[in-house]
Amino acid sequence: MSAIGLKLSPLRSRHVLPGFRLSLGFTLFYLTLIVLVPLLALVIRPVELGFDGFWTAISTPRVLASLRLSFGMALAAAVIDSGFGLIIAWVLVRYRFPGKGLLDAVIDLPFALPTAVAGIALSTLYAPNGWIGSLLAEYGIRVAYTPWGVLVAMVFIALPFTVRTVQPVMAELGLEVEEAAATLGATRVQIIARVVLPLLAPAVLTGMAMAFARAAGEYGSIIFIAGNIPAVSEIAPLLIVTKLEQYDYAGAAAIGVVMLAASFVLLLALNGLQSWAAKRR
Amino acid sequence: MTKRILKPIEDPLWLKLLLGGVTIGFIAILLLLPLVLVFKEALAGGLGGFWTSMTEPDALASVRLSLIAAGIAVPLNTVFGIAAAWAIAKYDFPAKTFLVTLIDLPFSVSPVVAGLVYVLVFGMQGWLGPTLVDHNVHILFALPAIVLVTIFVTFPFVARELIPLMVDQGRDEEEAAATLGASGFQTFLRVTLPNIKWGLLYGVLLCNARALGEFGAVSVVSGHIRGVTNTMPLHVQLLYDNYDYAGAFTVAALLAMLALLTLALKSVLEWRYADELAAAHRH
Repeated sequence: MSAIGLKLSPLRSRHVLPGFRLSLGFTLFYLTLIVLVPLLALVIRPVELGFDGFWTAISTPRVLASLRLSFGMALAAAVIDSGFGLIIAWVLVRYRFPGKGLLDAVIDLPFALPTAVAGIALSTLYAPNGWIGSLLAEYGIRVAYTPWGVLVAMVFIALPFTVRTVQPVMAELGLEVEEAAATLGATRVQIIARVVLPLLAPAVLTGMAMAFARAAGEYGSIIFIAGNIPAVSEIAPLLIVTKLEQYDYAGAAAIGVVMLAASFVLLLALNGLQSWAAKRR
Repeated sequence: MTKRILKPIEDPLWLKLLLGGVTIGFIAILLLLPLVLVFKEALAGGLGGFWTSMTEPDALASVRLSLIAAGIAVPLNTVFGIAAAWAIAKYDFPAKTFLVTLIDLPFSVSPVVAGLVYVLVFGMQGWLGPTLVDHNVHILFALPAIVLVTIFVTFPFVARELIPLMVDQGRDEEEAAATLGASGFQTFLRVTLPNIKWGLLYGVLLCNARALGEFGAVSVVSGHIRGVTNTMPLHVQLLYDNYDYAGAFTVAALLAMLALLTLALKSVLEWRYADELAAAHRH
């Protein structure tokens, strides 16, 4: 006891404020209990399964198709949202018009609206007899119950991420750099392409990565509109649920591990992006 | 004739109209139309129909279950958020950035994966499943698992709001108070809390909205027992899948109202107390 006390005393004296061990101790305990131990239960599953078993569980056509759909459509949604996110952020930062505050608040709707609510609303809207679906049906376009339904739901759910990461950076940008470029004879297009967009690039990429991560893992808003046809419009998270319902824990865990690995890679990429952005400041 | 000279960095009017039109059109079709639809469908049977669907026993049971789950998860995550932010902002220790990344982890994990990990711990083929059955303890497909996954998915909300705010505020004021003889608890209550109260409220607000609205993770561990383990979002799914659209959209409208209330309060906080929120939310 006394040896530990002696060892810790120099560490303690550096802190004027009390409560270091209590606050950090509780933080680490709670983090371990709620997040790390359960995640460990998933991560070590493939070890029990063996590499071959893991590979067999992953490489069925149905699983591969669901992973391709989830990640492919998430990428498409992230790119679409990044484009519109740039335009929306530009309008919100640069223009003055009545109702702007309301418009700004509405952007966060997909954050606040429960995904099941978004799911049944989008499904009803884009169904062949829905408000939007019936318009599209006249042109022979079907959205609900096809892979395009997955894309619509992902675009909906991921939009706030792209707007909210670009918007503050754009607001901070200041008009001086653009004025300087204009004074030096640059045209408007040149200013946007060579000055503004490069400065926004880290924020745009960060927003895109966050949108991609959210869209790839999304479940609630998609399953109602997708139709969930195996190997066609069945997303990976739904296949996890299906396998769990069939008590195929190993199969579900194998897909879960792939998705978790993707989250880790994205998290690392985001940290890299942030330090890149910090260096450029 | 005087010609209005455009500032070189100002967009011409046609471009403003174009970009403004794209923005308003995109937001109206993508975000507002679904919202309008929810309320229209909920009120399709008139206010009477809305009330009948709302007061149906299974609907009320789902409301109660959601409130219980959020009522446990939100306070726990609030205490955690304060503890984590206090530790990270007020002291120096190694691997701090790594700790912050770990705290953010539940945000980048798919909700379904969040549910899955708890099934792997508590399920019949999981770590503790057989032991729990032997002792007749029900965690999976019961309230405890619903609460646990709700805690998991809302884990970072309060912490990630408070950490940047408290790091920005530094530790001078607290150290001054401590030097003058205040206890740790007094320092927190009289110095720190007044500085972070709006940021704290902001985090709790978002945490609560997600806790009441979580679907994917809860869906995996709930077991979908009507009137028993169905939260409000799960009840929406059950009604919708049974072609009871009026009922589904009624509960959905209730959740949508909650979302709108959250957005309104959040906007008020952002406008009124912008200086007392984390820098990312200052407009």
